[in-house]
Amino acid sequence: MIQITFIMKKQCDINRPNCRTFNKHLPLSMKKYIGFFLKYRKAVILAPALVIIDVACEIVQPDLMSKIVDNGVMHKDLHYILQTGGLMLFLSIVAIAANVGNIYYSSHASVGFASELRKGLFDKIQAFSFSNLDKFSSASLTTRITNDVNILQQVIMMSLRLLIRAPLMMLFAVVIAININSGLAVIIAVAIPVLAIAIYIILSRGLPYFEKMQKRLDQVNRVIQENLVNVRVVKSFVREDFEMKKFGYTNDDLREMAVKASGLVVLIMPVMQLVMNISIVAIIWFGGNKIISGAFQVGQLMSFITYITQILMSLMMLSMTIMTFSRAEASSERILEVLNTEVDIVDSTLAKEKKLVVTMGKVEFKNVYFKYHAQGEEYVLKNISLVVNPGETIAILGATGSAKSTLVQLIPRLYDVSAGQILVDDTDVRDYTLFNLRSSVKLVLQQNQLFSGTIKQNLKWGNIEATDDEIIAAAKDAQAHDFILSFPKQYETILGQSGVNVSGGQKQRLCIARAILKKPAILIMDDSTSAVDIATEAKIRASFKKHLKGTTIFIIAQRVSSILAADKIILLDNGEIIGEGTHDELLKTNTVYQEIYASQQLQTEAL
Amino acid sequence: MNEPIKSGEKLNLAGLPGRRGNIVIERPKNSRQAILRLWNYLKRQKWLLILALFLLLVNIASTLAGSYLLRPVVNHYILPHNLPGLIRMVFVLIGIYIIGAAAGILVNRLMVVVGQNTVRTIRAELFGKIQALPLRFFDANSHGELMSRFTNDMDNVSDCLNTSVLQLFTSGITLAGIFVLMLLISPVLTLVTLIIVPLMLWVVSAIIKRSKDFFTTQQIALGKVNGYVEEMITGQKVVKVFCYEDSSRKAFDEINDDLREKATSAQLYSGVMQPLVQNLNTINFALTATVGGFLAILRGFDLGGLAAFLLYSRQFGRPVNELSSEYNSLQAALAGAERIFQILDEIPEPADIKEAQILGRIEGNVQLKNVTFSYDQGKVILKNITLEAKPGQKIALVGSTGAGKTTIMNLLPRFYDIDSGQITIDGTDIKNIQRNSLRRSMAIVLQDTHLFTATVMENIRYGRLEATDEEVITAATLAGADSFIRRLPKGYQTKLENDGGNLSQGQRQLLNITRATVARPSILILDEATSSIDTRTEQIIQQGMDQLMKGRTSFVIAHRLSTVRNADEILVLEQGEIIERGNHEELLKQKGRYYQLYNGQFD
Repeated sequence: MIQITFIMKKQCDINRPNCRTFNKHLPLSMKKYIGFFLKYRKAVILAPALVIIDVACEIVQPDLMSKIVDNGVMHKDLHYILQTGGLMLFLSIVAIAANVGNIYYSSHASVGFASELRKGLFDKIQAFSFSNLDKFSSASLTTRITNDVNILQQVIMMSLRLLIRAPLMMLFAVVIAININSGLAVIIAVAIPVLAIAIYIILSRGLPYFEKMQKRLDQVNRVIQENLVNVRVVKSFVREDFEMKKFGYTNDDLREMAVKASGLVVLIMPVMQLVMNISIVAIIWFGGNKIISGAFQVGQLMSFITYITQILMSLMMLSMTIMTFSRAEASSERILEVLNTEVDIVDSTLAKEKKLVVTMGKVEFKNVYFKYHAQGEEYVLKNISLVVNPGETIAILGATGSAKSTLVQLIPRLYDVSAGQILVDDTDVRDYTLFNLRSSVKLVLQQNQLFSGTIKQNLKWGNIEATDDEIIAAAKDAQAHDFILSFPKQYETILGQSGVNVSGGQKQRLCIARAILKKPAILIMDDSTSAVDIATEAKIRASFKKHLKGTTIFIIAQRVSSILAADKIILLDNGEIIGEGTHDELLKTNTVYQEIYASQQLQTEAL
Repeated sequence: MNEPIKSGEKLNLAGLPGRRGNIVIERPKNSRQAILRLWNYLKRQKWLLILALFLLLVNIASTLAGSYLLRPVVNHYILPHNLPGLIRMVFVLIGIYIIGAAAGILVNRLMVVVGQNTVRTIRAELFGKIQALPLRFFDANSHGELMSRFTNDMDNVSDCLNTSVLQLFTSGITLAGIFVLMLLISPVLTLVTLIIVPLMLWVVSAIIKRSKDFFTTQQIALGKVNGYVEEMITGQKVVKVFCYEDSSRKAFDEINDDLREKATSAQLYSGVMQPLVQNLNTINFALTATVGGFLAILRGFDLGGLAAFLLYSRQFGRPVNELSSEYNSLQAALAGAERIFQILDEIPEPADIKEAQILGRIEGNVQLKNVTFSYDQGKVILKNITLEAKPGQKIALVGSTGAGKTTIMNLLPRFYDIDSGQITIDGTDIKNIQRNSLRRSMAIVLQDTHLFTATVMENIRYGRLEATDEEVITAATLAGADSFIRRLPKGYQTKLENDGGNLSQGQRQLLNITRATVARPSILILDEATSSIDTRTEQIIQQGMDQLMKGRTSFVIAHRLSTVRNADEILVLEQGEIIERGNHEELLKQKGRYYQLYNGQFD
């Protein structure tokens, strides 16, 4: 019972904006999930069927007991007692079997369902395009696959047992009670709504408190969070006391609301006790009267008391189960959001038929417009036209937010253009399969990542079939070979999650090595040497010149030094090309370029 | 809370909803000690607890008494047809129940108050402790980990104090009470129960034991799945770029299948316990009814006694079930409490020595003499560093990542203590200066620009709490931040949320610089304060910085050498040692490392 507080709290926790009252919603749009059950349909049917057997065996027990008293004891019939007792025992053993069976099947069904669902989600996310991914944060996607699925698993488990058991128990108990004495059953008819209303009132008043409490808890957590990320700031400004005071206020606020919220909900149990006990007293009174007048028997009185207890308990169980459900609804919604997302970049039929492969590395932008959201007002890229010939090196320069990354991400079709056309080897990128296109157009992302595993395994992402020699050659070109050798296990060095045990510059170099492993036709480096020191960067450029001769290279960089040698420099501002040419040309003609150059160089000439 | 909690397993522990017997529990290492320490907090509210215990006893007594009184009701009033007596008993019962309910309500509310007070105290102590801990601690413990002390662990403790403690007591006392009353009614029938109870306990403990094992394996499998999912999804864009989708699907299927197997067993074992206990209780009920019937006929056992006894035996299963499930949440709470206490036991920054001075107005002469430092023993980070900054000078530190530049900056405000050598300010060893006054004399502008949820004004004022609005605005003007602040929706009163999420990196940096300006420090430390800003924006910020540095001793680390050219002295660090020093021109003439670095930029 005590679960209530817990459930309510977590409920608000998980879905704050639409933290709902428990009674408004029954559950999940089951329809969408049916597919995930298919493999386990036998279990899904058997589990509730077994619950019915369990309930039937369980619910007749008090009635049988009353017969032992009224027929057996009153008539001093030992044989009858033995017979009925034997039946009771037999039924409880059947109940055990039914119960174990139920748990067995519902475990299989719920865990199996969760497993299928997890797989469904993961597969779906694998198919997501960049813009699909942008819609969700990766943390939120992770939570959906892990926590939300777990929650549904628990709910399925509950549905296959409690959600069926509790109402059945109630129903059976009511039927038997009416059967025993329809007059006394009026007490039940009064007690059920009284308790239901009491629970409803408590919960519906408690829920807003829980919402508020959750907000305050968030506040407390926010203060802690900010304190932690700012630990150096706090210490250097000697603001420890200030922070403690700030925390003290929020902490007190939280306590106050927690007391209010929990204080209300813990009333359910005593209230339920009271309703139950008063009903029992009523049964004793009215039942006692009936016994005195000879219309009722002691055994029946006893079983009646047991039944009303059973009924009210089941009512509690039911309301609790429903609350858990409404909590799961939030999880369900978040899962469905992923499942229902339409993947917006897929292979066209034409592409699948033609199976074209990129060989040359020519890139052409034809009046390309782009915006991230179809309904967005302003284009992120405006009227971009550009031709890059095989083997050329193109540098893209521009202030933060000028859409440099966006521009290059269109080439491997990580996003689709909003208008215009991008051609690779004179074919629209949409006419390649994604696999063929991206195998030849390698992008080193700004937000790059390595994965758990050895350095070699990580590099092999670039080409699963690569030989050791090829791997070493790529690492050498990326200036990664030397530091890899400095690790005790060299290429077998295990990288932690996100490659945490290498420095930023080393990580970037590994990412570059990974990208050039298969000598792509087109290589795009999006600010991917920012943490590499200048001398090393120059060496990387030199080895590219030697070993990636035919490769068309796009470079986005902050440092002018990184791009001086480019065949062509594109100057982007606010999504438009405002300058195009070699370093010398731009330096002569373009004022923005002059400014950028000057800001980095200052008075070098003066030296 | 915006930050995703890093540790996948913890997160997921909290995420598993069913607290009742179907969640894995990490066991506390030393339950007794954890309980004792929790008790230390609880006992501050001793009188409330004593009152609560009393009320709890009243509540339980009333519940039990109700059933117990069924015996005289049946024996003395119903069976002998004594109507007036029955009326009396009905009123007695109503009275008992109302008192019981009142006690129940009170005890529940009391325990909520006690629990929440305790949680508040522990939370405040934990936060206070965090304030007192040295940076070394934060290096070793990730934010995510620390956050989960405050969230998951604190939650477990809170749930436990709120409800589990009360529930454990209620169930325990009820069980004992039922047992005593059963004995009173019929020792012979109690024997029947005594056969079933050990069976129940055996089943419970056997299942708990098995399910613990299964849960451990499930948890490991779940950890793998969660870890994999987190990693792949974080790197999803890389997955796409490398067309790695199929490989990652395959790998996922494998660990997902493994999890399914493990989770099914775990779910099965944990799910089966409560129904089984219930069933065993039903068997108990059936046996009791049969034997009771026999006793009534053969030994004249009274009908009222039988009725009461049967009611009790029907009630027996619930407290057993509740004890077993609350036991789990108690364990979780104790494990959580243990981890919290662990932090409370961490060693804080050492206290100032007794004769430590308060730093008044200072000139700003900073000297490092043969300073050697290591974060971990044996791994020397700084070797024999000697430098001097005269009042008002600008000292720049350059060198590759990991050379030890930031470490030097961290030593000045005594975030870490040095292994050997000496750091002095105006000739006084910083060890002999009160730490707080030392830090107040400096201001640090860091590369990461975290802001607080508060108004722009309050964020700036963080530098000096007494600063007036005018002083804040003057500082902002000086740092070149005033114009953009005024363009914000509510100017200086604009509330920043989510770490100043809607400000650009440059704007946030300007706020940080303003904050340092308002602090009016004698010594200024700029650690890569402009590196993530593009060069044009940097030029604007640079003016603010130059203003700020005027007349102050400043230490600057910068990636872009253009920002350090005008330093009075530039120190080139490599692997923890100063390999070159001098001003810009001198260093260029040396044609050493600095020359290389500088020319590398424009080759």
